Amino acid sequence: MTLLFLVPTALVFAISFKPSDPWGGIGAGWTLDTIRSLGNPNYPAIIWRTLWISFVTTACCLVLAVPCGYYIARAPQRWRRLLLLLTVIPFWTSFLIRIFAWKVLLHPEGHVKRGLVAVGLADESTMLLYRSEAVLLVMVYTLLPFAILPIYAAAEKFDFKLLEAARDLGATQWRAFRQIFLPGIQRGLLTAVLMVLIPSLGMYIIPDIVGGPRSEMIANKIAQRTFVDRNVPHASALSAALTLAVMAPMLAVLLGRRRREGGR
Amino acid sequence: MGDFLQFNEVTKQYGALKAVDGVSLHIRRGEFFSLLGPSGCGKTTLLRMLAGFERPDRGRVLLDGEDITDLPPNKRKVNTIFQNYALFPHLTVRENIAFGLRVARVADAAIKQQVDEMIELIQLGAHANKKPHQISGGQKQRVAIARALINKPEVLLLDEPLAALDLKLRQRMLLELDQIHDQVGITFLYVTHDQGEAMSLSDRIAVMHEGRIEQLGTPAEIYETPHSSFVAAFIGDTNFFDGRVEALTDKDYCRLTIEGFPPALCYNDKRKQPNELVHLSVRPEKFRISLEQPTLSPQHNLVEGQVQEVVYLGSQTKYLVKVQEYLLAITQQHSRFLLDQRPIKWDDRVWVWWHADDGYMLDRYREQDEALMEMPAH
Ligand SMILES: Nc1ncnc2c1ncn2[C@@H]1O[C@H](COP(=O)(O)OP(=O)(O)OP(=O)(O)O)[C@@H](O)[C@H]1O
Ligand SMILES: [Mg+2]
Repeated sequence: MTLLFLVPTALVFAISFKPSDPWGGIGAGWTLDTIRSLGNPNYPAIIWRTLWISFVTTACCLVLAVPCGYYIARAPQRWRRLLLLLTVIPFWTSFLIRIFAWKVLLHPEGHVKRGLVAVGLADESTMLLYRSEAVLLVMVYTLLPFAILPIYAAAEKFDFKLLEAARDLGATQWRAFRQIFLPGIQRGLLTAVLMVLIPSLGMYIIPDIVGGPRSEMIANKIAQRTFVDRNVPHASALSAALTLAVMAPMLAVLLGRRRREGGR
Repeated sequence: MGDFLQFNEVTKQYGALKAVDGVSLHIRRGEFFSLLGPSGCGKTTLLRMLAGFERPDRGRVLLDGEDITDLPPNKRKVNTIFQNYALFPHLTVRENIAFGLRVARVADAAIKQQVDEMIELIQLGAHANKKPHQISGGQKQRVAIARALINKPEVLLLDEPLAALDLKLRQRMLLELDQIHDQVGITFLYVTHDQGEAMSLSDRIAVMHEGRIEQLGTPAEIYETPHSSFVAAFIGDTNFFDGRVEALTDKDYCRLTIEGFPPALCYNDKRKQPNELVHLSVRPEKFRISLEQPTLSPQHNLVEGQVQEVVYLGSQTKYLVKVQEYLLAITQQHSRFLLDQRPIKWDDRVWVWWHADDGYMLDRYREQDEALMEMPAH
C-alpha cells in the first residue's frame, strides 16, 4: 500500500523539476523553471478558492454530521440499520450520475430554480449553476456520508450515561453535549475532518461540472495543464504542491493524536 | 421532618409493564434509606424519577415541600452515583470532581479549595491528576462519591454503587459509605438487591416487589416481622411450613397442625382463629440442634430428624435436616463449647428445637412467590 502511494508521488515530485518539451513530453535535464512558474499571478486566487471551499465544505459536513451521528447512535437498534442504510444509499449510484443529477436540479429550468422562484426566494434571472456556492453545495452533499460514518462509529461507542451524569451534576443539555459528548467522539471528529478535507482539496469533477470558470479549483488547473496545455511538468509541480497541502492537515492530526496519547 | 422527600402515588409504565406502580414513600431528612428488591422490581426506575431522568405517568415527587416532578435533572438538588460510576474519561480525577462547581460558575479559588478538601476526604491525593482509566475500581467509586457530594445535594442517590466491586472491597466501601453518611449528614437513598448491604447500612428499608412497596421498616422489623412471605423469603433465608390453626392454647399461643411435620406451638400475635390457614416461617439460625435430647420449657417445639448435609462455613455451620416430609435449613454459630462435643455428621439422628416465639406466622403467600421459596438456600 505505502509503496503504491510513495512511488507515484516520488515520480510526480521528480517530474516537477524537469523541463517540458513542445510535444507534451518531458524534456531532458533538470530545471527550476516549472517551480518558478507556480508564481503565476492566477494561482493565488485559485488556491485561496480551493482552500475556502474545502474548509467551508468540511465545516458544513461536520455541523450536519454530528447531529446525524448522534441521533443514529441513539436510535433503537432496528431504526439504526435503516438510517445507516439511508446514509450509504447514494453510493449505490455512480458519483458522476449524482453530480449530473444536481446539474439538472440546479439548471435554470430545473426544479430547484422553479421552486425558489415560486416561493419568491429567487427571480428568473438568478443563476444557481456555475458558481462557487453550487460547487460547495454539491461537495457537501457528496462528502457528507464520509463525515457521518466515522462520527456515528465514535458515537456508537460513546457511553450515553455520561450525558446523564453531566445533567445530574447541573449541566444543561447543550453544555453536556459540548463538554462531554464532543470530547467523547473526538477521534470520530478528526477522522471525519480528514475524510472530507482531503478529497475536497483535490476535488476536480464537481467544479468541472457544476462550477463555472470563476469557481475553478486547483485540481482543475492540474487537469488543464495536463490535457489541454500538455505541460506535464507544470501539472506535476501543481500536484506536488497540492500533495503537500493535503499532507499538512494529516500530519498535524497525527502529531496531535500522538502527543495526546503520549500525555496519558 | 417525616416528609422531607415524598413520592406520592407515583406510577411509571413502559408499554403494558408497570415498572413502578402507585408507590408512596416518605423519607426523612438525613436518613439512610434503602430500596431493596429483586432484579427488575423497579428500583432504578423510581430513583430515575427522583433524579429527573424519567417523568412519572402519574403521581408527584416532592423535595423539601417543593414539587420537583417536572424539573429537569440539572435543576434538582439531587445527585446520583451511577452503577458504573460514569466518570468522564477525558477529565482527570480533579476535573471530574470539580465538574459540578464549574457548571455552577463557582470562582476558581473556591473550586480549588473545595476540590482539595474533597480529595482529602476520599484520600486520593496521590491520584488527583490521573484519568479515570488509570485508577482502580474502588478509587473510581470514591471519585464518583466525591463528584456528587461536592455539590452539597439535598439527597444523594446511590444505584447499586458496590455491584461492580469484589467482596473484600465491597465490605470496606460499605464501612466508608457509612462513615461518609455520618460526616456529611445528608439524606442517602440507596438502591440494592443485596439484603446484606441494606441491612447493615440503613436506618429504614423499603422492600420492593413488582413495582410496589411490599414492606417498609427498620432492618430489624423487616427481618423479624416480615409482613408477607415474599419479604420473609427475600430478606435472609427461612423455612416455611404450611399449617392450619388447630387450637388456641392460651391467649398468646396457638397450636398448628402441619401436614408432614409434627404439630407446632406458635406465638399468635395476629390473633388467628382455629381452622385458619397460615404459613409458619422459622429462620435457620432460630433452630438449635443437638445429638442428645435436651430438657426444655413447654414453650419450645422439639422434633427429631436425620442430618442430610453438613456445610462448614468457617464462622458457622449449615445443616440440612430431614424431619418427616420437610427438609430444614439450620445454621449454628460455633462456640468453644461445641468443639468439645462430637461434631454432628452426615446421617446422624439429631434433635432440633426452637422457641415458640421464634416462629412467625404469615397469612398466605401469593402464587408467584413460590418460586422464590423454592430457591436453594444459599
Ligand atoms: N426504558 C425502559 N423501557 C422499557 N422497559 C423498561 C425501561 N426501563 C426499565 N424497564 C423495565 O421496567 C422494569 C423495572 O426496571 P428497573 O430498572 O427499575 O429494575 P431494577 O429494580 O432497577 O432492577 P435491577 O436490580 O436489575 O437493576 C423492568 O422490568 C425493566 O425491564
Ligand atoms: Mg437497577
